[in-house]
Amino acid sequence: MIALADELIRWDWVFSHGQEIWSRFVQHVELTVIAVGVGLLISFPLAIVAHRHRFLYTPIAWFTGLLYTIPSIALFVILLPITGLSYTTAEIGLVSYTLLILIRNTVVGLSGVPEDVKEAARGMGYTQRELLWRVELPLALPAIMAGIRIAVVSTIGLVTVAALIGRGGLGQFILEGLQTFFNTEILLGAVLSVALALAADAALLGAQRVLTPWSRTGGPRTRPFIPWKKPGFPIG
Amino acid sequence: MHTFVDVLHWLTTSSHWSGSGGIPIRVGEHLELSVVSVGLACAVAIPVGLVVGHLRRYEFLAVSFANLGRAVPSFAILVLAYLLFLQLWPSLAFGFGPTVVALFLLSVPPILTNTYVGVQSVDADTVEAARGMGMTERDVLLRLELPLAAPLIMAGVRTGAVTAVATATLAALIGGGGLGRFIIDGFHTNDVAMVVSGAVLVAILSILTEGAFALVERAVRPRTSSRQTGGTLAAGRRSRAVA
Repeated sequence: MIALADELIRWDWVFSHGQEIWSRFVQHVELTVIAVGVGLLISFPLAIVAHRHRFLYTPIAWFTGLLYTIPSIALFVILLPITGLSYTTAEIGLVSYTLLILIRNTVVGLSGVPEDVKEAARGMGYTQRELLWRVELPLALPAIMAGIRIAVVSTIGLVTVAALIGRGGLGQFILEGLQTFFNTEILLGAVLSVALALAADAALLGAQRVLTPWSRTGGPRTRPFIPWKKPGFPIG
Repeated sequence: MHTFVDVLHWLTTSSHWSGSGGIPIRVGEHLELSVVSVGLACAVAIPVGLVVGHLRRYEFLAVSFANLGRAVPSFAILVLAYLLFLQLWPSLAFGFGPTVVALFLLSVPPILTNTYVGVQSVDADTVEAARGMGMTERDVLLRLELPLAAPLIMAGVRTGAVTAVATATLAALIGGGGLGRFIIDGFHTNDVAMVVSGAVLVAILSILTEGAFALVERAVRPRTSSRQTGGTLAAGRRSRAVA
């Protein structure tokens, strides 16, 4: 067993490749941040439109659901003849994956804002715009943040698949290790990408707690505002 | 546009639809991998989820497990399963064995979480009423909670199945069959039409899987108009693909 463990990880290789590990780690983070960032830029307006005009939600959900269903490897490959082995190919695939998650959670969050709260805000003279930015969005924030967390964690996983088109961040180690039967590289890529996903999830959870202090204090008056607070609900 | 014509040509060439490496055989291999893994995942995850949900405990474990499942990249799981097989049963390491293990591990979390949440979110008063009417715990679980949780459970199976079909593509990387073969072999022989055709077939298969499960999900929806049930169903519909 000990001999096997020795073969499994060659620490000398890990220590002599610090530079490469760092640059691929950074590439992984960059690909993820850009994908979720662009995903938010696209999905946020779409979600608000879908929330205001319910009849648009079905086609939007249908189309983004279609994109979500197409396996990432297939999408990367289908894009190859158009955008080649490039960051663009990787990002189009990654962004298209985040849209359904982000739009769905934003719409669920917005439609969960109680009608009487909105009525009260209108009674206080809030315009439609103020209502959105100062009442609906803050109350929908836990659901939106839950969506961002899922999107970030799944994107970090998908980036490893982009190794097949040469833009895989830490996934590059997994692919190289597989091709050269070098366990150290496989484990390094797998462990670091899981660690990155868990760290990002924890960081976002922390950010959510800071951004929505009311969701922690509880109390009978604030609790009904956040119907998804129940832990374990699949959107969280 | 050149590629588009090439792909159409590749897909309509009759020789690609016959023989041991033909499209029907590859689709069969692809489905075999997915069905075996998701079947095993259901056999494990649904009973565990039902019991844990019925006891309304260990919630933390179920949720952390689901989050961990999401955090581990499918590509990494597959390669790690391959590595494990190479160490333990080298003769079985190519293709089927490690892929089934990987797809199983990937489809357990959504099925387990959804089963658990589905059972747990059945209205507590309804459960209490059933107990009051003299139902045993077993009856409560199988005749009340299971039917009410069915749509959410099916939603979990659907997520697991679509993930499995998508990831079965990667089996070709470790010497397995399935539609991924066209993508990997095409890469090695620089045959763009073959690569893209493989990807198109995978995409179609995934969409068909999703569609088929949407129909099943509709079929298992309890036919009642009570408000509690309505609430559970709304939750099921909302959480579908995100779970």
